[in-house]
Amino acid sequence: MEHLFTNIAQILTSWMVSLGLPPIWADLILLIGQWTIIVVIVTLNVIVLVWLERKISGFIQERLGPNRLGPFGAFQTIADAMKLLTKEDIIPSQADRWIFMTAPMLFIVIAVMLYAVLPLGQGMEVVDLNVGLFYFISLGSLSTICLLMAGWGSNNKWSLLGAMRSVAQMISYEIPLAFSLLGVVMLAGSLNLSEIVTAQNRYWFILLQPVAFLTYFIAATAELNRGPFDMPEAEQELTAGAYTEYTGMRWALFFLAEYTNLVAVSALAATLFFGGGQGPWLPSWLWIIIKTYLIMLVFMWMKWTFPRIRMDHLMSFSWKVLIPVSLANILITGLGIEFFRGMGW
Amino acid sequence: MVLNEADTRDGSSDVEQLEKHNIIVTTLEKIWNWSRARSFWPLSYGCNCCPIEMMASGAARFDIARYGYEVFRASPRQADLLIVAGPITLKMAPVVKRVYEQMPSPKWVLAMGNCATSGGPFRDGYSILPGADTLFKVDIFVPGCPPRPEALFHGLLELKKKVERGDY
Ligand code: SF4
Repeated sequence: MEHLFTNIAQILTSWMVSLGLPPIWADLILLIGQWTIIVVIVTLNVIVLVWLERKISGFIQERLGPNRLGPFGAFQTIADAMKLLTKEDIIPSQADRWIFMTAPMLFIVIAVMLYAVLPLGQGMEVVDLNVGLFYFISLGSLSTICLLMAGWGSNNKWSLLGAMRSVAQMISYEIPLAFSLLGVVMLAGSLNLSEIVTAQNRYWFILLQPVAFLTYFIAATAELNRGPFDMPEAEQELTAGAYTEYTGMRWALFFLAEYTNLVAVSALAATLFFGGGQGPWLPSWLWIIIKTYLIMLVFMWMKWTFPRIRMDHLMSFSWKVLIPVSLANILITGLGIEFFRGMGW
Repeated sequence: MVLNEADTRDGSSDVEQLEKHNIIVTTLEKIWNWSRARSFWPLSYGCNCCPIEMMASGAARFDIARYGYEVFRASPRQADLLIVAGPITLKMAPVVKRVYEQMPSPKWVLAMGNCATSGGPFRDGYSILPGADTLFKVDIFVPGCPPRPEALFHGLLELKKKVERGDY
């Protein structure tokens, strides 16, 4: 079971080579296959996640949540998705057509690209990049641009205000996010995600870096634009933020990308702090799925428990609390590493 | 050929039915109507005391989410259902109409309460429209002052049947 998927990949490659295909072509076809699988899984997963979110929000508010369509309302999201597919596609006449149309596509492309470096099991990353973590963080900050494009392209004051807010928020929370991951990188001595997983052979980094995990978790919530930091779509003030003018499938793409980002960020947390695919009995790919889902449940729990934070509080929380804390964490980690090295550990 | 049972009631001929419905996508249309009927996303809009009942229907005791209709959208661009809850004043009328026009089709309107149905207690007032149907086509009327959340659900389920029949 452990090497199920890697073995399948190997068998496929050797089969294609035996057909007389040059190895480079076989690799390329395999890569395309992996991408297709990732895109399909991500899309199907979002259907489950939306249902889960609605159920959980219901349970937290002492409601039942969707329960009429299918077992426990499981087909509710399918109906929603199909309805969104057939809605009228409105592009406002005053909108900047191209920017308006490309923003959601770019958003989802960037979100899916995050999965390139995530080790979804032992030896199961699509690309084994030696600067994987750096790649992840830099791509994550690119999605800011898409929101800005959506806000600017819609030519709507709510959209622009929402986009501006989310850009301000994401830029300020990017810094503690990156800083909090530095502690892990210092411990593991590598930016390669699968090497970081291997470095957690003896103990998970959550034990050594609890503060880093907390800052990462908070900053990631803000990066994802999820509650309690879902400023950009604060309904009372901004209608629907940067998404105000989007209808049907274009809007659904944003939604899809947000959930895709959520999975990616949770998987990264599982990889960096909870030992990735390590765990007893079960195969590694199953472990990472379990851990990712548990972290996502905590994200949902947070969203439906805390009220939304005011914009200025949000900014000052990042600059006055999170950044100093994550900086101090780097200092203490460095001192600790030196100290233990001096002790001969 | 009977494409749609609902159409036979108004005595229209087969050719008229074919003109009304696109013949190429009849089966698909059924699937779409199935999904549309099960996912009305209402616009968060209300302008008097009826919205209080509408909010109550979203809360724990009544829970509109059971039917999957709890996704109240703030932007009309993402909403399918306009629940006109409360009286429409002459000043509000152009705004409501504009909001309705901003919604992407297919879209539905549910008139909730006596005010939205006929003007209700304010019918003879100088500033109130006598019902939402003077502004746009209303699909379902839910009478009551205010209608209880159960009545709203009944209205939504009737609308669901109507949409499933393709009768809109
Ligand atoms: S119908 Fe009755 S409860 Fe509803 S808005 Fe009118 S007066 Fe208020």
